Amino acid sequence: MSEPLLSVESVYRSFGGVFAVRGVDLTVAPGELRGVIGPNGAGKSTLFSLIGGQLAADRGTVTFAGDRIDRLPAHRRAHLGIAIVFQGARIFRGMTALENVMVGAHATTRAGFLRGTLRLPPHYREEREIRQRAREALGRVGLADWADRAAEALPLGQQRALQVARALCGRPRLLLLDEPAAGLRAAEREALAQLIEELKAGGLTMIKIEHDVAFVTRLADRVTVLDLGRVIAEGTPAEIRADPAVVAAYLGTAA
Amino acid sequence: MSELLQYLITGVGGGCAFALVGSGLVAIYRVTRVVNFAQGAFAVIAALTASTLLATGLPHGLAEGLAVAVGALTGLLVGLVAIGKPGTPPGAALIATLGLGVFAYAVEVLIWGDQPRSFPGVPGAVEIFGARFQAHYLLIIGATLAVFAGMGLLFTRTDVGRALSACASNPYAAKVVGISVTRMGLVSFAIGGALGGLAGVLVTPIQLVTFDYDVTLIVGGFAAAILGGLVRPALTLAGGLLLGVAQALVAGYGNAAYQMEVALVLMLAVMVWQAARKPIVQEETA
Repeated sequence: MSEPLLSVESVYRSFGGVFAVRGVDLTVAPGELRGVIGPNGAGKSTLFSLIGGQLAADRGTVTFAGDRIDRLPAHRRAHLGIAIVFQGARIFRGMTALENVMVGAHATTRAGFLRGTLRLPPHYREEREIRQRAREALGRVGLADWADRAAEALPLGQQRALQVARALCGRPRLLLLDEPAAGLRAAEREALAQLIEELKAGGLTMIKIEHDVAFVTRLADRVTVLDLGRVIAEGTPAEIRADPAVVAAYLGTAA
Repeated sequence: MSELLQYLITGVGGGCAFALVGSGLVAIYRVTRVVNFAQGAFAVIAALTASTLLATGLPHGLAEGLAVAVGALTGLLVGLVAIGKPGTPPGAALIATLGLGVFAYAVEVLIWGDQPRSFPGVPGAVEIFGARFQAHYLLIIGATLAVFAGMGLLFTRTDVGRALSACASNPYAAKVVGISVTRMGLVSFAIGGALGGLAGVLVTPIQLVTFDYDVTLIVGGFAAAILGGLVRPALTLAGGLLLGVAQALVAGYGNAAYQMEVALVLMLAVMVWQAARKPIVQEETA
């Protein structure tokens, strides 16, 4: 097996004495699509925040592409290529959809403040390239027609698609998706599944939190099951569906 | 008629200084949620620096440009003290800027003394439709409009500008896409310093500047900025010009001693009106 892209080792995080994540290990190989499932309060979103840097771990290590990242602030982790799409609308109100996506390119821009302010030629080239890339990203998530609309005017499902486009514009190496299909209509869900398959074919490594077991098991290479802050099972979708502990903790109540 | 026109033009000129100081407040507040009480000091320090540089024989333009750069640097230093430590609450940073604004008095008096200073601006006078005024007013108005247009481009057409807007809109999401919110806060303080400095060097030829002139500028600038809820540059420009014209009319037809009161009344009226409509400061609830 090749060197893992992401490796989380015995990570703990508590809130007021209650552990949301306790001793989680997670290893994701390059190009893998990992599904993470678990009942409400299992610690899925907390785990994402620990990888992305929105929360600091109490204990344990997070390694990305061979480097320890668990003490880095969130924006530094983004520059290393970790992108997150949250469940809630984390968009930039007061900016157009296209501008929202262009902000996502910040993690990859090279032109400094002075060059940008003085509007020197390298800045023009880069600005044009970013605009082009942002339009492509909008097209990939089916929002090409919304480019010049105010971001907050988009319906919730499209706001999440906008976050996906913003993340893609930053050319991530690891994309974390927190329940991307929640609240979407069937057609939108199908389009999303197709996009994820395309991204996977393009070699992007992804971790996807999912409530919808059918959705996650259809797309994922491997699935990790969390319950009460712990990993209770990990394996291929077929293995997970057959695991008695999973059925008891999760599938039993959901089915 | 020509008298009215004269008051309008000088009022717009004076209002430009308020608009620039106010837009500096807006630039900083939008990104950091800090009301920067040291904003007037940027203008005074730049004005006094320009007077010294001109006295040493530096040509016009270069001296003023360097003075604006000193204003930007001062802004950066104030920013480092006020918000340099990530996680500093805006309230604590506000108190820090207030302290630094007072501290600036000591530095200014130490370096430049307490006597008013001025330096010549654009020489000569202009006459339009019988209204006579100093040609320098045209420079003030032209430079202010150019700067506001430039700011518009900066915020929409550059990565740094978009990053600043992103921090203003949703700091949480800004960090997610790799923006250092603390660094952008410092950039906003430097921009605020440059805008304040520009106001200072533009206004000095028509207005004697002393170390405590910052009070006049910050009251006027705040009155201008509050019209746009401290977050809208275009309304700040409108507010500054409105205030400048109102003051010029009061001074022209009434008594020049009431200029500060005009600013305060306008500010209070806007705040009362806005409070009746909605909370003045709407926090992003993301």
